[in-house]
Amino acid sequence: MTDLYQSQRAMRNKRQAAMQRGVVAVLDVGSSKIACLVLRFDGPDSFRESDGIGSMAGQSSFRVIGAATTRSRGVRFGEIDAMHETERAIRTAVQAAQKMAGVRVDHVIACFAGAKPRSYGLAGTVDLHDGTVTDNCVARVLSSCDVPDYGADREILHAQPVNFAVDHRSGLGDPRGQAGNSLSVDMHMLSVDRAPIENLLYCIKRCDLELAGIASSSYAAGISSLVEDEQELGAACIDLGGGSTGISIFIKKHMIYADTVRMGGDHVTSDISQGLQVPMPTAERIKTFYGGVQATGMDDRDMIDLSSDTGDWEHDRRTVSRAEVIGVMRPRMEEILEEVRVRLDAAGFEHLPSQRIVLTGGASQLPGLDGLASRILGQQVRLGRPLRVQGLPQSVTGPGFASAVGTCLFAAHPQDEWWDFDIPVDGYPARSLKRAVKWFKDNW
Amino acid sequence: MRPLNRFSKKQSSSDPAPSRMSYRMERLWLTPSFRKIVRVGMPSFLVVASLGVYFSNADRQQAIADKYTEIRRSVEERPEFMVKLMAIDGASAGLNSAIREVMPVDLPLSSFDLDLEAMRKQVESLDAVKRVDVRVRAGGLLQINVEERVPAVVWRGPGGLELLDQDGHRVSALDSRAARPDLPLIAGEGANAAVPEALALLDRAAPIKDRVIGIVRISERRWDLVLDRAQRIMLPPKEAEPALDRVLALNEAQDLLKRDVTHIDIRNPDRPTLRMTSDALATMREMQGIKVNSN
Repeated sequence: MTDLYQSQRAMRNKRQAAMQRGVVAVLDVGSSKIACLVLRFDGPDSFRESDGIGSMAGQSSFRVIGAATTRSRGVRFGEIDAMHETERAIRTAVQAAQKMAGVRVDHVIACFAGAKPRSYGLAGTVDLHDGTVTDNCVARVLSSCDVPDYGADREILHAQPVNFAVDHRSGLGDPRGQAGNSLSVDMHMLSVDRAPIENLLYCIKRCDLELAGIASSSYAAGISSLVEDEQELGAACIDLGGGSTGISIFIKKHMIYADTVRMGGDHVTSDISQGLQVPMPTAERIKTFYGGVQATGMDDRDMIDLSSDTGDWEHDRRTVSRAEVIGVMRPRMEEILEEVRVRLDAAGFEHLPSQRIVLTGGASQLPGLDGLASRILGQQVRLGRPLRVQGLPQSVTGPGFASAVGTCLFAAHPQDEWWDFDIPVDGYPARSLKRAVKWFKDNW
Repeated sequence: MRPLNRFSKKQSSSDPAPSRMSYRMERLWLTPSFRKIVRVGMPSFLVVASLGVYFSNADRQQAIADKYTEIRRSVEERPEFMVKLMAIDGASAGLNSAIREVMPVDLPLSSFDLDLEAMRKQVESLDAVKRVDVRVRAGGLLQINVEERVPAVVWRGPGGLELLDQDGHRVSALDSRAARPDLPLIAGEGANAAVPEALALLDRAAPIKDRVIGIVRISERRWDLVLDRAQRIMLPPKEAEPALDRVLALNEAQDLLKRDVTHIDIRNPDRPTLRMTSDALATMREMQGIKVNSN
């Protein structure tokens, strides 16, 4: 675990260096598109260096100065499948964004959806020697969490302290300075497969960029599309992407659960392609123009030309009604949402005080999806769009860019993670010395 | 399902991804320092370097310098700037020719080439010139206004006879005393340094002017007024004029100088002394009835 601790810390340092330089790129490697945003951080005076516990960048303000999107290639289920194809796609996006920004970017913060994220809740407790909680105590309690065996070929993507408790007072955000006898912490840890991360690292390195941070895109989508009270009271964000659907549950402004369903909008397209015997681009076009999940009587009469160019007169002049298209799409959407329902149930979502569900991501633009989702997931469903960010072009404000915008917020206001705290190196000797002094005091 | 008609529709466009090389070039170009070097540094370096290479050739440098001097000359030698004549005002004929001799220029000459200050120094170095100013006047005229020194005394110095002005400055050499009988004669070492004093004394001695031969500086300290008949009036170093007045008053009252005295010594004003000729001394002793054993 120290290995990962070191690498994550190195990434933090790089991010800090990038913020010092003022320019950092955000890369959303998705299954259907790759988006690159170039952020400029304004002035070093806006970085208030806090003393370890506070978020690293303080209240830094940033501005999007370059944005580019390109069709993704070689990415399946949010994981890199064909390295060179993906590398070229990343290069295209980064170059276009750089050109728009007019500056060269060297540091990139990436987010991706796949790699089978798995959430763990960890708990740790330590005794407080001097009766108050200090920075050192926080670091100690974080490293005292017993880490489950999450698998040899997996990495930890996020490890965030969610809740602190001093003695029996729980629900503390910042326990420093509190008086008590014991400090305990609840930590949320998200582990992912190592191979996709390494592939992504390799691709980014091939583009002469340095990785300054990495985030799960379901987490990023959550922080950009959930509004503040939803994050506070408890809500789930469903990021309906192209190759996978991300789920993240937030309460008290912390992510407590994240998962992905390895199905997304691309599967709907391939269903249409197979069901209607049309090539994928045509299927994609039909899905975006005529797609839906709720058939009405009108849709039976709404005929869609399946024009193609094969030379077979009969084949080229087929038509389908819109109801048929909806009939193809709806079962797949239902399947995806059922799967999401299963994951939410497994996570115990029904025990949260508020059970708000926010649908975002490119596939959430499907008409009628909120109705279908409320039938499957519960009544409190809304469609979400990412937060408005300064300088963001109009073309990238849609729900499909929720995770890209979320990664911007993640870059600007990173949440405290386990590796933001120093490992208490002086733990044992200082304690034993103190104990010896205490023994002397007690006996003489 | 491939379309049969190849030309019916534009095929899917080629790969939009930049090549690795062009990506790197683009990134390099977006590097601010590189951009600055290419857009400012390199052109200025090229200009400087090409100029440097061009001018490093000695022949070219020479050619450029020649061209420059040629253009300069052609401007300087325009007739508007030429000085053709020299006019000297306020100098006697001898001095005039002397000035023309020492003047280091050959006219006609461009006024740019004239060093007026040097010329002024040169003319001023002549003894007979008290003050000079040199200027170029319109119409190509070099005007030299000279103020001559006026000789006031003849000095018989270690280097022969010389004319001095009233400040003691040398004016010119003199061949013989007879050439300037109108000027008083002074003699003695250091006499030239005290010419005003001598002139004042001679002025006081106006009543016996026809008897005065000259005035001699003794030990660079005091004066002897030399009269004809080998008479001398020895004056004190200080308060010489009142002393001379006393002698003149004595002369007025008792015709002292007509008597048989050789020296009237008034070096100590409290005790004027006369030195008489031996005949006069003998006569006086006889009159007083003093016998002197002269063996």
